[in-house]
Amino acid sequence: MTNPNGRFGIHGGQYIPETLMNAVIELEEAYNHYKNDPAFNRELTELLNEYAGRPSRLYFARKMTEDLGGAKIYLKREDLNHTGAHKINNVLGQALLAKKMGKTRLIAETGAGQHGVATATAAALMGMECVVFMGEEDTVRQALNVYRMRLLGATVIPVKTGTATLKDAVSEAMREWTSRISDTHYCLGSVMGPHPFPTIVRDFQSVISREIKEQLFQKEGRLPDAVLACVGGGSNAIGSFYHFIGDKNVRLIGCEAAGRGIDTFQTAATMNTGRLGIFHGMKSYFCQDEYGQIAPVYSISAGLDYPGVGPEHAYLHDIGRAEYVPVTDDEAVDAFEYLSRMEGIIPAIESAHAVAYARKLAPSMQKDQIIVITISGRGDKDCAAIARYRGEDIHE
Amino acid sequence: MSNIKSAFADGKAFIAFITCGDPDLKTTAAAVRAAVENGADLIELGIPFSDPTAEGPVIQGANLRALSGGVTTDLIFAFVKELRQDVKIPMVFMTYANVIFSYGAERFISACRDIGIDGLILPDLPFEEKEEFLPFCHKYGVDLISLIAPTSANRIAMIAKEAEGFLYLVSSLGVTGTRSEITTDLASIVRVVRENTDIPCAIGFGISTPEQAKKMAGLSDGAIVGSAIIKLLEQYGTDAPAHIGAYVKSMKDALR
Repeated sequence: MTNPNGRFGIHGGQYIPETLMNAVIELEEAYNHYKNDPAFNRELTELLNEYAGRPSRLYFARKMTEDLGGAKIYLKREDLNHTGAHKINNVLGQALLAKKMGKTRLIAETGAGQHGVATATAAALMGMECVVFMGEEDTVRQALNVYRMRLLGATVIPVKTGTATLKDAVSEAMREWTSRISDTHYCLGSVMGPHPFPTIVRDFQSVISREIKEQLFQKEGRLPDAVLACVGGGSNAIGSFYHFIGDKNVRLIGCEAAGRGIDTFQTAATMNTGRLGIFHGMKSYFCQDEYGQIAPVYSISAGLDYPGVGPEHAYLHDIGRAEYVPVTDDEAVDAFEYLSRMEGIIPAIESAHAVAYARKLAPSMQKDQIIVITISGRGDKDCAAIARYRGEDIHE
Repeated sequence: MSNIKSAFADGKAFIAFITCGDPDLKTTAAAVRAAVENGADLIELGIPFSDPTAEGPVIQGANLRALSGGVTTDLIFAFVKELRQDVKIPMVFMTYANVIFSYGAERFISACRDIGIDGLILPDLPFEEKEEFLPFCHKYGVDLISLIAPTSANRIAMIAKEAEGFLYLVSSLGVTGTRSEITTDLASIVRVVRENTDIPCAIGFGISTPEQAKKMAGLSDGAIVGSAIIKLLEQYGTDAPAHIGAYVKSMKDALR
């Protein structure tokens, strides 16, 4: 899906300061070397299996299926990975790559804190220094994850600029990288930013769809009819979609955070409300005003609260291969509670956006059809915030 | 080919950066005129962007103040047109790719020609992506100014060979902002630049004192100062232009 210039159709590219150009070129060369290196791949597979707990389960949600009365529903349980989300798949790959490149320090941005926790974890495991940038607003929403990162030995820097959320954390991590390149790898957490990040992160996350395909063949002997995943930057979604892109009969559905609704300004649904632009190193769709100023987006989910979307998703949208649907805070919170009670699985509020859309979609499908929902992470981190949303104040 | 060369015709150039609309366009106009009267050779006008990823805290603050004050690309175009009535030295825009892309590249760059803007400095548009805007820059005679960084190494010659207007040599790693010391081996970078182009080369990032300006201009064709000027705006607000005039004089005197 990638061409040599890091473009997905018209999207992607490398819109970054000259200071970083040799760093991304060096990264691309190293990645192109190691991705075909059997020793590197053996080492990464061992880490994914023995340390992160892969393969993750593909679970048949019997009660949910019966309750909705339509398509059979399977859950891809990325929430069962070590550190509780899909983020570890990418981080183990990038940390190993950084180590091979001779880097001793990892920096990362984080929204919900899951990518920050995963990076801090990999840094601890591999004996590397770790600094995580997190919007100050998010450090409040996700206080537990801030503590987890510190416990793992990372330094967490609250970012106060702009809206003090994920986009500002990305900007600050990019600024930090320009000031210290020789020993530092920027471990970007999603399929965004300048080439080669969207490709590297996609490749490391594509293990999700490879496993779904194998597991579903074993259980059902066939392909799914639809694959659903939530989309902020879009890493768990592209990971869930990737090996199905060539299977034209499989619907690929990305669920965006609509916040208080796509007809309000308090939304983060980029595909549904944004337009083409250039930001954070890439050409893609962004929520922005008429003069190209990036919009202050909103979602209850810190992990989806981002004004852009990865360039490969923008491309899949352009060619009509994937659909991107908006899901509101209310729908996501309902789904968070629904999956908890129905299946005894507390999903991350991010993943609950995909569950919410499945609740609408499944009843309209036949009983012999199959939906796979990627549960990108576990919801423990969200319990206090959801309780507050429901007017209940609990101590974490 | 723009008018930029004239900024370097009379000794070492002093280049002043000012964010449009910080805190309002009236102050920006007075600040530009104060800089020009006190010897600035070229003015870099910043069009504010919501998320300026190459800027340190000082210029981030200027962007925020300007946007909070309600400045827009269209208001800045009208402002520059009026400024051009009496300001004759070269002026360039410094902004981010999305400001131009969103406005429409051709619409933006043709407007630059109409209002008398000589060039564009875009910190998030490296050599590999310049085709995004270059065809329109050539069509309307606006120079697309290239940057060279301390990490450019094997890229210096490639960038210098195709450079237009002047070359912006970034003195240090990191974002904009004043620095007590600049440690990059700039002389060797300038040597490679000279082997590959005749266009002038000015050094920016981290320069605030007359001593630093003299040293940096000694290594190249001029010194670019942004954050130190913005700090005066941050401190004095609408009273800043007089302070900026005095500051520019001290810097330009050091370069003579």
